[in-house]
Amino acid sequence: MSNPTLVMYDEEFQEINEVIGRLLKEANATVIFLVDKNGQLISGVGETERFDTTSLASLTAGNIAATGGLAKLIGEKEFSILFHEGEKDNLHISIVGGRVILVVLFDNRSSLGLVRLRVKKSSEELSTIFENLMKKSEEREKRGSSDFPFAEITDDDIDNLFS
Amino acid sequence: MSFINYASREINCKIVYYGPGLCGKTTNLQYVYQKTAEDAKGKMISLATETERTLFFDFLPLSLGEIRGFKTRFHLYTVPGQVFYDASRKLILKGVDGVVFVADSQEERIDANIESLENLRINLKEQGYDLDKLPYIIQYNKRDLPGAMSVEELRRELNPTNVPEFEACATTGEGVFETLKAVAKLILVDLKKGK
Ligand SMILES: Nc1nc2c(ncn2[C@@H]2O[C@H](COP(=O)(O)OP(=O)(O)OP(=O)(O)O)[C@@H](O)[C@H]2O)c(=O)[nH]1
Ligand SMILES: [Mg+2]
Repeated sequence: MSNPTLVMYDEEFQEINEVIGRLLKEANATVIFLVDKNGQLISGVGETERFDTTSLASLTAGNIAATGGLAKLIGEKEFSILFHEGEKDNLHISIVGGRVILVVLFDNRSSLGLVRLRVKKSSEELSTIFENLMKKSEEREKRGSSDFPFAEITDDDIDNLFS
Repeated sequence: MSFINYASREINCKIVYYGPGLCGKTTNLQYVYQKTAEDAKGKMISLATETERTLFFDFLPLSLGEIRGFKTRFHLYTVPGQVFYDASRKLILKGVDGVVFVADSQEERIDANIESLENLRINLKEQGYDLDKLPYIIQYNKRDLPGAMSVEELRRELNPTNVPEFEACATTGEGVFETLKAVAKLILVDLKKGK
């Protein structure tokens, strides 16, 4: 299959949350999300409860996908940073390590310059974590999927979901 | 491509409803949305034109409960069926775990169905997927209309590989959940194989 299942483990999840937690503070941001390119929310820090995070993740991914399509049309590989300026809140969206989307929401307590600077540093750290994560899941896959939670599910388990 | 999060104990899967313009993809999602309990669904997002044709996608997140301690979520998407939105359709297919092809049963739409199915195959291939290897089912929609072709005829034209098929009337909801359950089940069985 062209893109294998993305797997997240506790260790990397914590590392990721540390990085984006620090970014939240250093960039004076309101909220930060990490979203998979397919629209699934990976994690979020800050005032996350103010937002419909699932919708946000899906629309962000759609946005990145659409601008990525535009980029190809004009002969660019992708636009790695998108910036949306609002009256109060602004969105800084960037691609990390080619496959994950980092969304930073900030207001006038911060600035684009500051956000851009801090995002750059955090992106490098995040890229490394995601690279490790990929390696880890590949290795686990090679060893067989014995720790896979779905290996033992039964038809009944599946039917029960819909009851 | 499903997303398994051991940290938050969640599994997310993506289901795409594909099919020609006006076949009833959005109506399928609307019915699921209406009939799903508040705590099991998120907001439905429809990026549509002023005439309610899908422009980019519809999105409906469902959270169905737990399997073996893992929260199981399905993200339902529809594509825009109109031919000229092909670039958008390709984008929606990225990371798909299962496909529902919604066919319009009306005789005059048979060519549109065939063309759309062909288009699905091509667009999947571009992303490195093979429709025959994906969890994939067909829904014959609009069974209520007088101009509907027989299921035998539709099968001959649209389902040569004999994938699971369902008759539906998305406006009344007939067959809608049967379709969703069937594709969800195929996806979970696929996951179980740990591919
Ligand atoms: N009679 C009948 N009408 C249906 C049925 N399903 C959908 N419709 C109607 O068909 C029209 C188009 O339905 P949509 O769900 O918007 O179609 P779509 O596939 O999303 O179309 P696009 O967004 O253009 O791709 C609407 O007026 C629906 O009410 C059905 O089973 N029977
Ligand atoms: Mg639609």
